[in-house]
Amino acid sequence: MQSKGGQGVDKSCCAITAIHPSMMQDRKTFVAWLQAAPMMLVFSVFFLLPLLLVTIVSAWDYNEYEMIPAFSLRGYSDTFEGCIADLPNLCTILKTYLKTLKLCLLTWSLTLLIGFTVAYFLAFHVRSKTWQIVLTLLCTIPFWTSNVIRMIAWIPLLGRNGLVNRGLEGVGLIRQPLEWLLFSEFSVVLALVHLFTFFMVVPIFNSMIRIDKRLIEAAYDAGATGWQTLVNVVIPLAKPGIVIGSIFVITIVMGDFVTIGVMGGQQIASAGKIIETRLNALQFPAAAANAVILLGITILIISALTRIVDVRKEL
Amino acid sequence: MSKSSKFDRRISRRTMLKGAAGAVGLAAGSGAITGFPYVHSADPKVLRYLGTAVNEGDEISKKCLEDTGIKIEYITATTDDVTKRVITQPNSFDVLDTEYFSLRKLVPSGNIFALDARKIKEFDNITPVFTKGQLPNGKKIGDQGTAPWKVLYLEGANSKTFSRTPTEFVTLIPTVYNADTLGIRPDLIKRPISSWTELLNPEFKGKASILNIPSIGIMDAAMVVEASGQHTYADKGNMTKAEIDLTMKIMTEAKKAGQFRAFWKDFNESVNLMASGETVIQSMWSPAVTKVRSMGIACTFQPLKEGYRSWASGFCVSKAVTGPKLDWAYEFVNWYLSGWAGAYLNRQGYYSAVLSTAKANMTADEWGYWMEGKAAVSDIKAPDGTILEKAGTKRDGGSYEDRMGAVACWNAVMDENDYMVRKWNEFIAA
Repeated sequence: MQSKGGQGVDKSCCAITAIHPSMMQDRKTFVAWLQAAPMMLVFSVFFLLPLLLVTIVSAWDYNEYEMIPAFSLRGYSDTFEGCIADLPNLCTILKTYLKTLKLCLLTWSLTLLIGFTVAYFLAFHVRSKTWQIVLTLLCTIPFWTSNVIRMIAWIPLLGRNGLVNRGLEGVGLIRQPLEWLLFSEFSVVLALVHLFTFFMVVPIFNSMIRIDKRLIEAAYDAGATGWQTLVNVVIPLAKPGIVIGSIFVITIVMGDFVTIGVMGGQQIASAGKIIETRLNALQFPAAAANAVILLGITILIISALTRIVDVRKEL
Repeated sequence: MSKSSKFDRRISRRTMLKGAAGAVGLAAGSGAITGFPYVHSADPKVLRYLGTAVNEGDEISKKCLEDTGIKIEYITATTDDVTKRVITQPNSFDVLDTEYFSLRKLVPSGNIFALDARKIKEFDNITPVFTKGQLPNGKKIGDQGTAPWKVLYLEGANSKTFSRTPTEFVTLIPTVYNADTLGIRPDLIKRPISSWTELLNPEFKGKASILNIPSIGIMDAAMVVEASGQHTYADKGNMTKAEIDLTMKIMTEAKKAGQFRAFWKDFNESVNLMASGETVIQSMWSPAVTKVRSMGIACTFQPLKEGYRSWASGFCVSKAVTGPKLDWAYEFVNWYLSGWAGAYLNRQGYYSAVLSTAKANMTADEWGYWMEGKAAVSDIKAPDGTILEKAGTKRDGGSYEDRMGAVACWNAVMDENDYMVRKWNEFIAA
């Protein structure tokens, strides 16, 4: 999709940044490994090991009160119950994942659009460093209160007798309160976007702020319109930020069950919710099986994304 | 599971009655509160009390220290986590506060100590609701579900089998219980409600709600199905797969038709839904109704002709407890049943296990309002002094006999629990 000019810019940028680390690697491979060791240790003890345990447990049997360390794929087979028998109707797990993916896609595209715009404004329109910092901090406002309070706060706004409905009725636009404002997919996506746009803004802003302003001037001098500069210069150079932001948003939304639960009135299924229900019923192996499935699907999405952009290379 | 129900109840009570004091309770739970002025002996008697926030009141631990010299260290967890902890870390607590229906999971794990009934002073005075399944006046009450008397006794000190006849080996000493029903907004419904079927009445389309706690939600659903005459369950608390299918089918149809505004899981969610008018009829808990009312909004804990769904909780002791600690555990349980704590619980709209001792610690007016269904002579106050009800009001559902006597079923863990949980996920996804 990129024009030739865009690719050229792309390569030149990476050639510059790549020289330094590659020299380091050649010289001090051992030291580099040593330096990475603490992180690797933390990573393996607190991430890889638990993940391995979850995977093992997912293939165990269970009863009402304990896990039985005997090989059983019950957790998996129960999860996919009815997927063939119920055809052409979708089984629970497929319905759940379709719903989760739909919410994820909507949230991702909206956070990307808003996040990109906000980051663009911060990086290119706000000149002073101080204001850039102040405005970025302002973006963290949604995180100043707890998740639950933030979500409960939507009820007086979007509820049947909420501000929005009252306002619309007052203006005469509607006669009946709009029921779909709250406890619907609309409200779920709204809350998710509200919560997670920040995770898009920061990495994209970080990528944009590193763009050499001269490149933009060069594009302008070469006669590119604003739109062409955006598409051919800014977006390709902001790609690592976009991908990192997307990874944040997608992984969070795929595993979310609190926001979807509260804003969806607990009537919308999500992959995380299934795991929670299983855990609460002390059915650990079944929960683990669902976690492994969710992990697999999320990894698929992420690896597809990283195929589009090689984040490590771009950084 | 209704473990979390209990958690929410506890939260509820705390939120309602103590407000900011709840944070202090948590601090106490973490052992942060030290330096009580009154210390009995050089060797501090400490008991680690695992439970959810409900009974872990600061007042109770303070009073207990004052009376017995036993220092209670609260370990606060969500109800689900309490159960997980009992099963996975039995050494991490001494006294456990849990619900009867959890025993079907906890006792087989072998981590629960069989208490000696003879060492519980007031054991014979515990209301026959628990020991015989009947009211003090002899009236039998509903026994569907995991009714306490089914799991109260063990066959032997180290047995994992429940005994249906009284033995001296007791699993869980009851402390607090109640009867749950639907909460309604009489100001918005404007007509009498008398049956569980009203929950699925299309008149309330988009304005009804139930709990999203599968084991409790399905029992409320079963009350509706049975009330509407579509099926009569042999035991609502222990359905067959076919019965689960039928119940969930009826609920799924209602969900698809848009009957439910939302499902709730958290005490505060239920209060918000009701107070904001998002729902006008829903499963509810007594203190949540009180909280809505204390906001100046009409709300009734509506007695229904098919009866109540009941729950009960109390104390277990960990099998890891031995020696003097075991004596302290008995001392603590005995203190709990000796009246002060019972009166404290009764004043919150719950019921205490030993009625006689609680009565001795309440005023005649309080007893009349909470227990006898009489109109309050003066304002009814919560333990912290805030006014709960104005003089002249009567408790919804009436007296202890009226309410507990109308219990139809108890919170339960079904034999087909695993299947039910799967079906519940299907229901949510539908």
